Amino acid sequence: MNLSVNWLKQYIDLTDITTAELAEMITKSGVEVEQIHPKILDDDKIVVGYVKTCEQHPNADKLSLCQVDVGDEVLQIVCGAPNVKEGQYVVVAKPGAKLPGNFKIKKTKLRGEASEGMICSLDELGFDEKYIHDDYKDGIFYFQEEVSIGEPACPLLNLNDEIIELDVTANRSDCLSYYGLAYEVAAIFNKEINLPNPEVFINHGHSKDYISVKIEDEEANPYYSAWVIKDVHIKPSPLWLQNRLISAGIRPINNVVDITNYILLEYGQPLHAFDYDRLGSKKIVTRPAKKGETIKTLDGVERKLAEDHLVITNGENAHAIAGVMGGEESEVRDDTTTIILEAAYFNPRTVRKTSKDHGLRSESSARFEKGIDMLRVKEAATRAAQLLSELANGKVLGEIVEAGETKWNPNAVTFTHNEINQKIGTTISVNEMKSIIERLRFDYEEKDGQFTVMPPSRRQDIEIKEDMEEEIARLYGYDHIPFTLPEGEFNRGGLNKNQQLVRKIHHYLQSAGLNETISYSLTTAEKSVAFVSPDVKQLNPKPVKLSMPMSDLHSHLRLSAIPEMLQSVQHNVARNQHNVSIYELGSVYINQEEEMSSLPKEQLRLSAAMTGLVLEHPWQGENKQVDFYTIKGILEGLLNYLEIDIELEQGELDGLHPGRTALIKLNDEAVGFIGQIHPNVQKDYDLNDTYIFDLNLEKVLNHYEQNDTYRKIPKYPAIQQDLAFVVDTKIKAKELEKAILKQGQPYLQSVHVFDIYEGEHMEDGKKSIAFHLLFQDENKTLTDDEVEKARANIVNYLEETYEAVLRG
Amino acid sequence: MKERLQSLKEEALNQIPNIESEKALQDLRVKYLGKKGQITEVLKGMGKLSPEERPVIGQLANDVRDVITTAIEEKASELDQIALQKQLEKEAIDITLPGRPVQLGGPHLLMKVIRDIEDLFISMGYTVAEGPEVETDYYNFEALNLPKGHPARDMQDSFYITEDLLMRTHTSPVQARTMLEHEGKGPVKIICPGKVYRRDNDDATHSHQFTQIEGLYIDENVRMSDLKGTLNVLAKHLFGEDRDIRLRPSFFPFTEPSVEMDISCKVCNGEGCSVCKQSGWIEILGAGMVHPNVLEMAGFDSKKYTGFAFGMGPERIAMLKYGIEDIRHFYTNDIRFLKQFHRA
Repeated sequence: MNLSVNWLKQYIDLTDITTAELAEMITKSGVEVEQIHPKILDDDKIVVGYVKTCEQHPNADKLSLCQVDVGDEVLQIVCGAPNVKEGQYVVVAKPGAKLPGNFKIKKTKLRGEASEGMICSLDELGFDEKYIHDDYKDGIFYFQEEVSIGEPACPLLNLNDEIIELDVTANRSDCLSYYGLAYEVAAIFNKEINLPNPEVFINHGHSKDYISVKIEDEEANPYYSAWVIKDVHIKPSPLWLQNRLISAGIRPINNVVDITNYILLEYGQPLHAFDYDRLGSKKIVTRPAKKGETIKTLDGVERKLAEDHLVITNGENAHAIAGVMGGEESEVRDDTTTIILEAAYFNPRTVRKTSKDHGLRSESSARFEKGIDMLRVKEAATRAAQLLSELANGKVLGEIVEAGETKWNPNAVTFTHNEINQKIGTTISVNEMKSIIERLRFDYEEKDGQFTVMPPSRRQDIEIKEDMEEEIARLYGYDHIPFTLPEGEFNRGGLNKNQQLVRKIHHYLQSAGLNETISYSLTTAEKSVAFVSPDVKQLNPKPVKLSMPMSDLHSHLRLSAIPEMLQSVQHNVARNQHNVSIYELGSVYINQEEEMSSLPKEQLRLSAAMTGLVLEHPWQGENKQVDFYTIKGILEGLLNYLEIDIELEQGELDGLHPGRTALIKLNDEAVGFIGQIHPNVQKDYDLNDTYIFDLNLEKVLNHYEQNDTYRKIPKYPAIQQDLAFVVDTKIKAKELEKAILKQGQPYLQSVHVFDIYEGEHMEDGKKSIAFHLLFQDENKTLTDDEVEKARANIVNYLEETYEAVLRG
Repeated sequence: MKERLQSLKEEALNQIPNIESEKALQDLRVKYLGKKGQITEVLKGMGKLSPEERPVIGQLANDVRDVITTAIEEKASELDQIALQKQLEKEAIDITLPGRPVQLGGPHLLMKVIRDIEDLFISMGYTVAEGPEVETDYYNFEALNLPKGHPARDMQDSFYITEDLLMRTHTSPVQARTMLEHEGKGPVKIICPGKVYRRDNDDATHSHQFTQIEGLYIDENVRMSDLKGTLNVLAKHLFGEDRDIRLRPSFFPFTEPSVEMDISCKVCNGEGCSVCKQSGWIEILGAGMVHPNVLEMAGFDSKKYTGFAFGMGPERIAMLKYGIEDIRHFYTNDIRFLKQFHRA
């Protein structure tokens, strides 16, 4: 909503208040000011001039030589506009005037003739082109109504106005009209208000002979009135009215349309004028639209209506979508003589639904859908009728034809002075509260600090005590509320166990060199089912699709973060960022219902992706490429950190390299996977070798047990032994490790692979695998015999079970 | 003999300073002090001396031997020093070459902002509450005083999945759920971070997915001035002790009174500039006193309990704090973006 300061002055004396103060107080008291549009032009040297004579310039075909009376003198002005004529009242910028764009007017000579100023076009005066009437588009502006010679021209064209652009919240529909804003500003500054008191002469025949009104759905349309106005003369509106509309950003059209728009702004009451002769019947019936019914609206669009849209009909066809937009058929045109002026109250919900369905938010629907002042429908219509008779020579017919009624039965809001102070944290006196309510012009009673307030019809948002708390607090001033902290009992805050654990997991992963990412939860249909971990897959999830996605890129909820993360990897690689190590901790959304009726299960998962170099230290020749074991090391490190035993089991998964993929198992149950992206998929995503894992973090967290125990440092020395075996290449290291650990008991503490060799000097299908073994006894120094016995056990077992050959 | 020994001593002591290698020194030692060395050679003539002279000459020979030995040892030590010096010089490295890098990752900026706010409120006795991202219409709207057809539902156009299920448009349903869990008993002091979703086309200032963090405090006798004080602590924590705050009336269906909080513009210090659109103030968050309908729907007696709630967008806070110009940076995950916020 644009608030014109000049217009507001019509209702309130603002002489001692600057526009900046006005805007600041409006913002601080309740309605946010988006911005202030400054004056376009306010210069006394720009005045009304009378073109006494206008002759051809002796030396130039296209120029005229004018003698212009500007009151105190007559100026000779050379003018290039084709439409300048003798007898016109024009806008003259006298020498010394400054036009927009810092254009200074000076006395000059043009083709040998003195020119003492400029006759201005609207464009030169800074008028927005979209508001310039065709008559003035290619030339100078001239007044078509009575003005005084020498009078300052800027106020006449409202160029000296300041516009405060307001962002009105959904509850303050009263501030969508000057009427409501006048009350608001008067309350803020404690000022008097001068509101129009419309009167119109109604005695030009019986309107019932012209029209009848019938409401079929009283809930959607509680009240409808039709005013018949005869003999209207369609013509441009007077300048003052055009100025008002332009200040609101509405283009003037003709006097009838402009008057309805003016009332919409002044009273917040949307009106509609039908051309009576084009209505095609003598009745108006408001009813729900029929299925399949259509209407061509004023904007020329053929619109399909639904049964929950309300239409204004002539008993047969729709002539307007109630509260949203009129129809083209009965639009007021230049030859219109009799109009039906509609002043009605439509249900906010009906209008809201209709305007939403049509994607059509008009000035009218914006007001109806928030609720208009239902007690002022008639007053607003009277004001419109008055203007129609004054500005369009209209004759208003007697006995307004109406149906239904407008009711305003607000609940009294009661509260005590103490309650308000307690809730806000203030010490406002009873008298101060009374004065605030008086400034708001609410009817109220007060006895011993007990208040009863009757909200006025313009303030439908005042329903409960809390609403009055806000009214009192905002006019008292939020700035005056003290800073305090809650005085409740102390209680311990903090993170719960899982939250603490999750934070530790973040720290671990970040220390391990991974960068946290946040990807979109909504992805494509295809990606939503890609890289789904077996533990999710076995739940047989059904797709979760948005009913109306904005784009196919974000239409389905993910079952894995991996596809969107690969998108991120690809984004980086494509920008020459080849080393990418990322992780993400977030939900996947598992729905198991064919017809979804309950919330999906949101499961917390940890996903990671790595590509490029894990170590880059070129001058020492240390460039280490990420491989399976890099990412596996990070995963193992995490699970060691959490002291949770997992097993990796060779596996195959769609989208992954079949020889480099493993399932992550916790107590024999799959909880995720790890592996390299399949070369074909890498190609699809434009990726280099990329390794990923995806882990059901919820399961992992459930298995976590805090274990902060201490083990003494052993006093007795450990004995180290290395053993190397030649075995079949298919035999997995982990299997041998487990066997060795078992056979080496009770003294074998740990076993680690330290070398793997295949290839030259090795039989085909065989590999050499070497282990470090560490023997130790907590209670004594081990003897060579004890160690030798354990070693022999191990060697024998591996020879028998795996046909392993001990290397010498 | 005496003279001979003296001259040997002088000869040796003259030679030692000129020796430059371990080997030459060793040769000299052998030459003078060795079993077949010159001193031994001289002493072979001891037999010809008188008994009185013998101890004198013996003593002299020992002295000469000691002097030469000492000189040789000193020289040896000097040569060692020189050798060490040479070795150290040889071992000198270019300490300006880069060290072996430690690959450190880091948090996403939004998570950093969220943690920071979580920790502040934890220090004031709050706990962290979480809830589902797919919500029912009831928790997302109705329980928050936004019945079907309410105009304010437009303020947050939603992604519906079914008629009843949608992507949550704010983290406020977590408040509704947590309040229900408390079964009408206060205090409730929670901070709720999370992902939210709205029907927006992604551009520099809009994202269909973004984050929110909200706070809720319900207890007996909670005042609007407590909200103001709490927000003041938050604003100063986030933007610096020298920032002022102001509250302005606003509208949210779940709070009444509702406010928006601005902080004084850091760029112009409240004078007015392009960053704050000439107003001197920058909008940070929305807040208010919990609407009695919301309290009642969640099982709290609104005559006994009051409370406040506030909510903000970590994206907005991060963008203001760091001057980030495009909200899409948070979701593109460009490594060059992510790594900028890994500093301690």
